[in-house]
Amino acid sequence: MALDKTGIAKRIAQELRDGWYVNLGIGIPTLVANYIPEGIEVEFQSENGVLGMGPFPFDGEEDADLINAGKQTITVLKGAAFFDSAMSFSMIRGQHVQLTVLGAMEVSQNGDIANWKIPGKMVKGMGGAMDLVASAENIIVAMMHSNREGESKILKKCTLPLTGVGCVKKVVTELAVLEIRDNKFYLIERAPGVSVEEIISKTEGDLVVPDFVPEMVL
Amino acid sequence: MNKVVNNVEEALVGIEDGMTLMLGGFGLCGIPENSIAQLVKLGVKDLTCISNNAGVDDFGLGLLLHGHQIKKMISSYVGENAEFERQMLSGELIVDLIPQGSLAERCRAGGAGIPAFFTPAGYGTEVAEGKEVREFNGKPHILEMALSADFAIVKAWKGDTEGNLIFKATARNFNPMMAMAGKITIAEVEELVPAGELDPNDIHTPGIFVQRIFKGEKFEKRIEQRTVRIKN
Repeated sequence: MALDKTGIAKRIAQELRDGWYVNLGIGIPTLVANYIPEGIEVEFQSENGVLGMGPFPFDGEEDADLINAGKQTITVLKGAAFFDSAMSFSMIRGQHVQLTVLGAMEVSQNGDIANWKIPGKMVKGMGGAMDLVASAENIIVAMMHSNREGESKILKKCTLPLTGVGCVKKVVTELAVLEIRDNKFYLIERAPGVSVEEIISKTEGDLVVPDFVPEMVL
Repeated sequence: MNKVVNNVEEALVGIEDGMTLMLGGFGLCGIPENSIAQLVKLGVKDLTCISNNAGVDDFGLGLLLHGHQIKKMISSYVGENAEFERQMLSGELIVDLIPQGSLAERCRAGGAGIPAFFTPAGYGTEVAEGKEVREFNGKPHILEMALSADFAIVKAWKGDTEGNLIFKATARNFNPMMAMAGKITIAEVEELVPAGELDPNDIHTPGIFVQRIFKGEKFEKRIEQRTVRIKN
């Protein structure tokens, strides 16, 4: 069965490594913080100016001066730090953040990503996404394999305005874990009960399928 | 040097139609809300506003959009504001969207005497159109220009009569860089204390960057996305 958003977040959480500083985007990526594997310590950076982000506050304890990049009220953990936006993006551009997880509307087999604009329809802006994808060494995209019309979002070439070029190395969808190398998608894992045929049929980009594709262990 | 002015009316003297303003804040967090209310009252028009976001429909910069006081916005993210989207799609409002880190650095550069810099952010996208590209360490970068403003308006938690500022939590965001980049920088603060009461070790923005400081009359501090856990 295809994963729900929680399942995608759980699978991405398995990619976390001890000692990493991690930036989580809005939406599914935010959920990754709920599934940090046992024995692993990571610290979350939010680009509006906080390291050491904690869970949402208890009802009545929210502070208008303490939010994350999604403008949600948050708390901080022991050892947290606040800083201004220029310093925040120094951490990001300077590659001091080890992992960036973000959502996408489209990715292509050369690692391009589009997630900020649909011409004539929706323009919300790129926020920090362009800075993040241009500099992060390690980017995981959390997204759905196809859109509401059933059209693949895992493409040979993106159709929407780009956020970054040649930067995505790993994609986790409700159906599969894909790696991007040599201008191709490689099928690494499939969601429990999802057939290789279904993944092939919903992937427009060139997909390399090994003889044996393990199921995700969640 | 005493930078104190009596109130928001005195603080905003000199702001005229067609000027470029920087306004601190991220979403509704750390925005100079008293000054925005006064800009609405003054009715100044054709403003170019440099601010990470454009507020929501009925608060923050949304109030200026509602009165069609803004001609051009320079921002990184403008979701959550239906009137903004309408004015942008209809062409009433000129919008320059730039990556958040580039926006922060362009403000910082403007205040730091650096006319331009290269960044990898936006290479290969619409943002790079018309900009010089140069390769450093095998990676392409684009040239981004410094930003400055006729007035920068920032909001701080505590300030002293010398204009030294301390920000609280994530309400710091763009405020320190914008304070540096204004020809005249106005700071509205929650607490205004005599010089000597703030520990110099704790100052985030030194008073040299601030020309006018006043205690804001009232801070609503609206929360955009109230997210909470329920206690067991």
